[in-house]
Amino acid sequence: MTDEYEHYEAVVVGAGPGGAAAAAALAKQGVETLVLERGTEAGSKNVSGGLIYAEKSAPYTIDSLFPDFREEAAERPVGEYYMHNIAGEKVKTFDLNKIHHHDTEWCDAVLRRHMDSWLADQVHELTRETGGGLLTDVRVNGLLREGGQIVGVTCDELDPIRADVIVAADGVNSELARDAGLMDWEDPEEWFQGVKAVVEMDPEVINDRFDVSPEEGVAHLFGGDLFQNVRGGGFLYTNEGSLSIGTVFHLDSLADERAEPHELLDSLLTHPLLDQWFQGEYDEREYAAKLVPDSKKVAHPSPHRGRLLLVGDAAGQMQAQGPIIKGMNHAVTAGGLAAEAYQEAKTRGQPEAAGALYEQKLEDEGVMKQLRPQRYRVTRFVSESPPVNWLGEKVLNSRVGGVGIKAFGGLLERSFNSPFVLGMAPDTKLTYVTAPARIGEVLGTPVTAENDIEPPELDDRIGDLTYNVGDPHIEVLDDSFEASGLAVTACPVSAKGFGGGCYREETVQTNGSTERKVSLDTQPCVECGTCAIVADTHWEHPSGGKGVEYKQG
Amino acid sequence: MEYYGGVNDETLRPPTVWYTDRVEINMHMVVLTKGVPDFREGKVSFDEDGHLERGKTPTVMNPNDKIALRAALQTKVKHGGTVSLMSMGPPGYKEILQEGMREVYADDLYLFSDREMGAADTWATAMTVATGIEKLGEEPDIIFAGFKTADGETGHTGPQTNWCLDINENMTDRPLITHVISLDIDEDEGIVRAKRLVEGDVSEIETIEAELPAFVVTDPEFVANYRRAEYRLRYRDLREETQERAANLDLDEDVTVWNHEDLNLDPDFIGLDGSPTIVAGVDPIPKGPSEREAQMITPDDQEGMEAVLEEMQQFVAGD
Repeated sequence: MTDEYEHYEAVVVGAGPGGAAAAAALAKQGVETLVLERGTEAGSKNVSGGLIYAEKSAPYTIDSLFPDFREEAAERPVGEYYMHNIAGEKVKTFDLNKIHHHDTEWCDAVLRRHMDSWLADQVHELTRETGGGLLTDVRVNGLLREGGQIVGVTCDELDPIRADVIVAADGVNSELARDAGLMDWEDPEEWFQGVKAVVEMDPEVINDRFDVSPEEGVAHLFGGDLFQNVRGGGFLYTNEGSLSIGTVFHLDSLADERAEPHELLDSLLTHPLLDQWFQGEYDEREYAAKLVPDSKKVAHPSPHRGRLLLVGDAAGQMQAQGPIIKGMNHAVTAGGLAAEAYQEAKTRGQPEAAGALYEQKLEDEGVMKQLRPQRYRVTRFVSESPPVNWLGEKVLNSRVGGVGIKAFGGLLERSFNSPFVLGMAPDTKLTYVTAPARIGEVLGTPVTAENDIEPPELDDRIGDLTYNVGDPHIEVLDDSFEASGLAVTACPVSAKGFGGGCYREETVQTNGSTERKVSLDTQPCVECGTCAIVADTHWEHPSGGKGVEYKQG
Repeated sequence: MEYYGGVNDETLRPPTVWYTDRVEINMHMVVLTKGVPDFREGKVSFDEDGHLERGKTPTVMNPNDKIALRAALQTKVKHGGTVSLMSMGPPGYKEILQEGMREVYADDLYLFSDREMGAADTWATAMTVATGIEKLGEEPDIIFAGFKTADGETGHTGPQTNWCLDINENMTDRPLITHVISLDIDEDEGIVRAKRLVEGDVSEIETIEAELPAFVVTDPEFVANYRRAEYRLRYRDLREETQERAANLDLDEDVTVWNHEDLNLDPDFIGLDGSPTIVAGVDPIPKGPSEREAQMITPDDQEGMEAVLEEMQQFVAGD
């Protein structure tokens, strides 16, 4: 019997692509590495739109660390990329292949349950040889400190564990990043919210309707006036035997407009443009949601504290390059660099310098430049200012603007393909709604098809998800409608007037007056973290193996 | 430090260097088990008179014995060693033993089986099993038994087996600890520390210490605890290794079967002849008489459904 805490040289929290990359790179250097994953299997807590890139300029790619990745873990390679500018039923399609292929070695569609669980098996084999290994069903709930210094992690299911280096790859709602005071959940402007439906479709039918070979896939993006003025857009990616179709919106816009995420997804699903692919058939495998950090605003310039290094979404390393969203590739690079930094610092006899070295590497390898482009920082104060946007809207919507769009349609398509222009694209309605809608209106041709598919109701979507219900993991601190009412609409599994979701609006009679209150039931929670930002809550993840379990992801 | 000394990639078999930083005491544990009818809903079959239809009901490992196996597994994970699973019964019980290897990761499988052993009561069973344990040669550090079988429900066989071992001059007398809900081994002291329910009462728990070797009967409330990552990693190794072994098990080769001659047992003292218990009779559990008339209403019957709702309304209102 021993009362001593366990010690591992490295503890990696989270077995997504960032954690897997860090753990693999550490293990390959012979570092004793323990990986702790809270899902019942890696991938069961993970959602992404579904494209993973390997960039030519990146020091690490997922297949450089896991050679069989594309063969074993990915769906279809995505070679074609289109953007549809929509105004009512008028659509103008731009070819975005140039930006898609810019610096791209390859790009594959993925489903996270399959991908992450495959990665986890590889990681376990690699790390086991170092004396560590990978454990699922373990939730790391905070940092172990001694004399104010971070020395390890604490868990729900295990006794505290000491480590020389801790890699927090615990995702967008990283509890470790918050425990360390490196990230917060304050400002909706810093986040996107994505919702996604994975839709069943036979591989042969995909080949036929998307005009691709069995080894090819395609990506489509959608912008314009179909999302009730909420800033954001939609996507469709082809998997092997399914489609990933989703929408991504700025959380502040979504919350302010009181829009219902699942309804916005339905607006896309039922648009006539999609009839060419559905042809009246629609079988939804899974509904999912996730928060996405906007790296332009939140990618942490110094993502470390003491022995703790943040990787991937936990550090806000999620790049929205205009319509193209890149997250997993950056997480992989960051994971690799974090491992490299620790090994180098250790070799120099200064393991405590790992964090600073990691920061330096993110800078030197150009990762930070991609995540937080200088151009955006410089131009946003002008381009996002109300007068400029007012003027922009006026010009675009005027006859003059229409003439300009007609004359420069080709130039517009080219600028959508320019990483330089996209890097400074402002986060305003002008970019996301007005411009695509105006392009669709002026240059587009009407789609005549009728799309009569009926996506499932929200209660069916929740009912189709798998849950292992544990104790409530979110507490509403202020249940007044003023403080927490936005969650009723912004939560992807709640809706106004819907009783089966997480958040409900209630009217309570007290001493003759009526009050608007918000009540919470965490049972249908998909752990996206939206309410942590738009409502006044105490937000934690459920214990290991508890809560929602995605089968697709 | 060198890990996995010389183990190549193809071998998942965990290396013994796991235990380099600890005293390897290599515990040997024996777990007793029995096959019982699968009483779960949908599996079990009764005839019109309420008698169990053995032929139509599959035989499975007694659920309480899986709990005993979990206790043995916990000990093995934390302290190293092997778990031998033993049963007495017909040759078909080999599959029960295989189930124990697949699901609860037993190492060695033993079956005591021949016609002379048939129809034994708890006494004759205990006699046979105790002799089997003696035949192992080395005395096990801990013998585990589950709490009651799902069919006999006596709860006698475990304690009686320990008593048979006690009266055997060749075997060490071992303390008997029943209703165990959690278990720890103190390697330095050579003792077992257990929490147990006093008189099987959930509200009263005592902690006791006993010297090894010991005999442990687990309570259905037993919970294995693995609060260290190293335990869970080792558990994961064991699972991968033993599940593969169970899948490739050759029931004829890999299960050690001993008959009464192997055990040097006099047929008069085992099986039906050696069983002093007289079963006076077995009565099926009578169905409770229904006190109210049931009326069937299909959901399509609108009038009927309305009547149902009306009936229910008073309860909704809280009257």
